[in-house]
Amino acid sequence: MSDNLTLPAQQGSTGASTEALLKVEGLTKHFPIYGGFPIKRKVGAVQAVDNVDLTVGVGESVGLVGESGCGKSTTGRLITRLLEPTGGKIEYAGQDITHAKRKQLAPVRSEIQMIFQDPYSSLNPRQTVGTIIKSPMEVNGINPAGGREKRVRELLELVGLNPEHYNRFPHEFSGGQRQRIGVARALALNPKLIVADEPVSALDVSIQAQVVNLLQKVQEEMGIAFLFIAHDLAVVRHFSQRVAVMYLGKVVEVGDRDSIYNRPRHPYTHALLSAVPEVAMDDEPQDRERIRLYGDVPSPISPPSGCRFRTRCWKAQDKCATEEPPLVQIGGNTEGHLTACHFPEEPTVGARSEAVVMDPALKALEKDGDVSKG
Amino acid sequence: MTTLTKTEGEKAPTGPDSFLSVRDLRVRFSTEDGIVKAVDGLSFDVERGKTLGIVGESGSGKSVTNLTVLGLHNPKTTTVEGEILLEGQDLVTTPEKELEKLRGNKVAMIFQDPLTALSPYYTVGRQIAEPYMKHTGASKKEARDRAIEMLTKVGIPQPKTRVDDYPHQFSGGMRQRAMIAMALVCDPDLLIADEPTTALDVTVQAQILDLLKDLQQEFGSAIIFITHDLGVISDMADDLLVMYSGRAVERGGVREVLREPRHPYTWGLLSSMPRLGGSTSQPLMPIPGSPPSLLNPPSGCPFHPRCTFKDQVSGDRCSTERPPLGEGRAAACHLTAEQKQTIFIDKIQPRLR
Repeated sequence: MSDNLTLPAQQGSTGASTEALLKVEGLTKHFPIYGGFPIKRKVGAVQAVDNVDLTVGVGESVGLVGESGCGKSTTGRLITRLLEPTGGKIEYAGQDITHAKRKQLAPVRSEIQMIFQDPYSSLNPRQTVGTIIKSPMEVNGINPAGGREKRVRELLELVGLNPEHYNRFPHEFSGGQRQRIGVARALALNPKLIVADEPVSALDVSIQAQVVNLLQKVQEEMGIAFLFIAHDLAVVRHFSQRVAVMYLGKVVEVGDRDSIYNRPRHPYTHALLSAVPEVAMDDEPQDRERIRLYGDVPSPISPPSGCRFRTRCWKAQDKCATEEPPLVQIGGNTEGHLTACHFPEEPTVGARSEAVVMDPALKALEKDGDVSKG
Repeated sequence: MTTLTKTEGEKAPTGPDSFLSVRDLRVRFSTEDGIVKAVDGLSFDVERGKTLGIVGESGSGKSVTNLTVLGLHNPKTTTVEGEILLEGQDLVTTPEKELEKLRGNKVAMIFQDPLTALSPYYTVGRQIAEPYMKHTGASKKEARDRAIEMLTKVGIPQPKTRVDDYPHQFSGGMRQRAMIAMALVCDPDLLIADEPTTALDVTVQAQILDLLKDLQQEFGSAIIFITHDLGVISDMADDLLVMYSGRAVERGGVREVLREPRHPYTWGLLSSMPRLGGSTSQPLMPIPGSPPSLLNPPSGCPFHPRCTFKDQVSGDRCSTERPPLGEGRAAACHLTAEQKQTIFIDKIQPRLR
């Protein structure tokens, strides 16, 4: 089996391969909600992920962004098969692994690895660093040349830790160093795909950059494909060649980095980008659009009909409530840039003639302010 | 403790408008492992109606400073030295009873995590009304009306019914709005916002930041805004204080500091942060190493073990002598002004474009 999974060497980050390593179609995960007394019955479902299509090419880095509760972490866990999908199809290197059994999954598991968000809870405090990094090799019965310990030391060195620290425990390391241990563990089996779920969001700013650089080095030098899940749009932009934007369990827009960040079409992508606080480097008034949504993301237990963003969208019309917009390439988009919207925005992030402010409190305050100023 | 000399303390200018002025503040906690110097000789001023941003990593002392301003530290394990002058009144020596009259009235605070900062046992309305009743002597009815008014102002839908809801019935963004309402209910002169948007999503964060800015214009409060996010600071603050290891390392107007930073730590922060408009082809430039332990901070300049430019300073001044923070726009660094200028233009600025 491993023969047909061997992959060509990677040629650097920019050359995104067209060959799909991971293909996800219509992926759905509904978590049941039980209620009632005395017999608990299923009374509803959290529609965490609903009909998500996603492709990750060989050696490609794909970013998955969205706010909390949009299903990006669940998607990651479905792909690594830590959760059982409710529907849809996950294809890895040509094989269908959607409902593969433990035994069938074993060879694939070693090729898809995960890096977790919290470096404090994802490492066993009772095991030494050596044991932690070694255990994937033990589980999969891999005996590298020179022994497992030598390999662990190599890995420690690769992620920028001192190989001498082999026998230390996780609590002896700082947050950034712990995350490096997590990276070393993920690399132990020479994976083809790493699902990184918010790998830097628990770290301090100055440490974040160290880990981002490490992941980038790993990605470029070892040709590992990444599914980079994060809520920080700037970090995702720095790391990913292609980006998918999720909202309430759906992918609303996907495209290459430039399309998403400079020519977004979906109103939600516009709103997200305009909400990112940026350090103003010059005196000129910022040439960015200003969109302030109102309220929070609706509950995924009973998501809005039609387009799920319509309840917070300033362009919503009747059609949005009745008809769900398909994720398609709309006029003016480049190849591979798909948007799910009936009334897409202009492909620019420049300032608009009038800011979109949906928040009634803000609107009221700003109106008063204008009156008093004028 | 009294044997400590205060010669190191820097004097920042005391403007006529300075409403809160902190002078040579030192806060120490005694723990099982030893004494933690959480804040070590910090001075700053806040002007009326202006926003002071304090930026720094976790453990840099930014939150401790502001808990001390409100007197919210544990007096048994904490030693506080220096002066915290609020309109001339020294809060360090003010008795607890007096402080109680200030808290929530003249000085209010917005905490990072609204779910833990709000009591799950009382309704949101009651929690907003409580400081109002205490400080103004208003009746229950008046206080409730005031709570509804505040909820309307911060944009809670149907405030008349939501006032009787419990915090768990609110979403994250709404809870933070309720916290803001609670903080502003007595029209405070000084509002301390400790990472008020860190727990929120980016679109909600944008709403809350704009709301705070607009409310500040209306209420005219001074704000101390604590965050680790330089983007948020750039949006919110008038003046900026960069903290590292319990000390201020750079101070100035927010535009000046972010556009022409003068301290290697600020350079590091700016160039390690990816930006939406930045280049994606060059790798980020992280700060090597990790923040120091406050139990045993490095001698001299606390940043010297991580500083890339310390070899440009003659001798071992960086590790022996603590660089002073001058007055006004200043950075606590031994590099000369010309050296800083050259380094910034040659090595740092190209990375920020």
